[in-house]
Amino acid sequence: MDLYIAIFQGIIIASTPLVLASIGELIVEKSGVLNLGVEGMMIIGAVSSFIVTYETGSHLLGLLAAIISSGLIALIFGILTQYLLSNQVATGLALTLFGLGLASLIGQSYSGITIESFPSLEIDILKNIPIIGDLFFAFDYLVYLSVLMVIGTYLFLNKTKRGLILIATGDNHDSAHSLGYSVKKIRLLSIIYGGACAGLGGAYLSLVQTPMWVENMTAGRGWIALAIVVFAVWRPLWIFAGAYIFGGITIIQLHIQATGVNIEAQYMSMLPYVVTILVLVFISMNKNRLAVNAPNCLNKLFTSDI
Amino acid sequence: MFKLEKKANIDKSSVFMVPLSAIGCSLIFVFILFILLGKNPTLALFIIFIEPLLSVFGISELIVKSTPLIIIALGLSFGFRAGVWNIGAEGQYTIGALSGGATILAFYPMSGLWLLPVAFLVAIISGALWGMIPGILKAKFNTNEILVSLMLTYVAILFLSAMVYGPLKDPDGFNFPESRLFHDSGILPIIFHGTRAHVGFLIAIFLVVMMHFLLTRHMVGFFIKVSGESPRALLFSGKSRNQIIYLSFIICGGLAGLAGVIEVSGPIGQLVPAIPVGYGFTAIIVAFLGRLNPVGIFLAGLLLALTYIGGEAAQIKLGLPNAITGVFQGVLLFFLLAADAYTKYKISLVNIRWKI
Repeated sequence: MDLYIAIFQGIIIASTPLVLASIGELIVEKSGVLNLGVEGMMIIGAVSSFIVTYETGSHLLGLLAAIISSGLIALIFGILTQYLLSNQVATGLALTLFGLGLASLIGQSYSGITIESFPSLEIDILKNIPIIGDLFFAFDYLVYLSVLMVIGTYLFLNKTKRGLILIATGDNHDSAHSLGYSVKKIRLLSIIYGGACAGLGGAYLSLVQTPMWVENMTAGRGWIALAIVVFAVWRPLWIFAGAYIFGGITIIQLHIQATGVNIEAQYMSMLPYVVTILVLVFISMNKNRLAVNAPNCLNKLFTSDI
Repeated sequence: MFKLEKKANIDKSSVFMVPLSAIGCSLIFVFILFILLGKNPTLALFIIFIEPLLSVFGISELIVKSTPLIIIALGLSFGFRAGVWNIGAEGQYTIGALSGGATILAFYPMSGLWLLPVAFLVAIISGALWGMIPGILKAKFNTNEILVSLMLTYVAILFLSAMVYGPLKDPDGFNFPESRLFHDSGILPIIFHGTRAHVGFLIAIFLVVMMHFLLTRHMVGFFIKVSGESPRALLFSGKSRNQIIYLSFIICGGLAGLAGVIEVSGPIGQLVPAIPVGYGFTAIIVAFLGRLNPVGIFLAGLLLALTYIGGEAAQIKLGLPNAITGVFQGVLLFFLLAADAYTKYKISLVNIRWKI
């Protein structure tokens, strides 16, 4: 039983950065922008939160640093794509390359240091419930925050006026513009928000998952977060399914490796990436479902307003 | 904020002005960065961008480093022109290096002039096939080629590692994760005696010329251009979009595979887990900086190779972190994309009137 509880907890911890990054990217894509720089924003979040937490001893300030720094480099992407009308794919790639380079530059003297582990939810009454307590009430605050953010995003997009405006902007920017909404402002704010979320996801890696800074520690999670948005077909609650499946594969393959199955470790490590491809194929086959939920103006140029 | 109006005709000089101004801005950026890092900025720039060009060793290393960048970027530019986003060149490069290297090892210790051509052919074909995976998935199932080609890069790198730790490990290598050294027939000839500069660079130059003719003098080049600039017009010509997608991935994958085998049979000389070092991603910057033009790519490849060599020199001589290279490359692409706006649009400042 303990093993299964450990696996479950491992899956949640492995999935949370993916949940955080992909729920932010979902908002960005819903507004009609494809930001491929998630990997770069995550790594900036990871390094900045680690450094600030190490220097100040405060996890909260670390998280704040991740939100601000990743939001700021997302702003570069926003200005380039929205106001200088650069190609979104190329700019997103630039953001990733720049983020990875900058992160190793500023994190250089911090690699290998460890910090205190992140505080968890300490409500004894809940935590002491047998099994349930271990399964649901034994995590750090960010896990619960990620769950709230997904539900909040669902409510925001479906139940609020601003959410509907955001969806409308992504579906038909010309109509949104002629109704008097500032398409670029909405998109710029979405991009910054998406950056902040990716930053939180990165912070989760360096503060919670492995409380230390390692160069290139995101290891493609930003790209998997992008795939999860497609997997969820741009529906917020499905982000859970996507992220927990990918987190699950990562953890389960580790446990299989630990049992000493006679397969090279590298083949097991390929699994998350191979499954991502298979899932993408499976999701993309159903064109109708994609057409209903995918933002119509995703990655399309909008030139009209200021 | 800004107001952009599309220019009726794009200034011809912008082909040179955009990359040059982007390089200039990036240099200013790193100049400031060096000051912030407490280093002498003029000296640092001299060590990175000038000094390597003053020695035979520097020039020969420039040749070594620019070869894979130029070859991969040529293939990438082909796809980018067609609007096909293959960003998994790193994986195709790795597969080419692995399959080409494995071919050389398979014939150990047989010697002969035929060995390298066979290895090259294997590498090109396997790189192209690996590249075809995102191409086929894109064409058949409309799967996002960006994500698939990237995921395949991680798979390829892990596969190389599995091979080098497993079947291809040097039998006399004390269990180190590397293959045996290639024998002489599996090593590319050196151009300049006493350096690492190898024949692969001549192959790169040959490919630049070939690609130039393909793009300007051949129907294929025309269709690629049409595919990127006006997909609808392409349909009227009888070529399908899928054919262009396949072609782009085959050419890009094949060239990346070729770059991979050149790297292992050139400067590396054996299979090691650390063959992929990001050339496939840097080549994206090379392709854009070179304006997707073969000659431009050649020059851009030399410049980006210089940042690698100069970055290493600055690390040794000034204790500057090696990551400077990555930062410079990323910033360069940012400035390049920003500078592009000036060629396509007339920009004027207008009052900000944001209301929530």
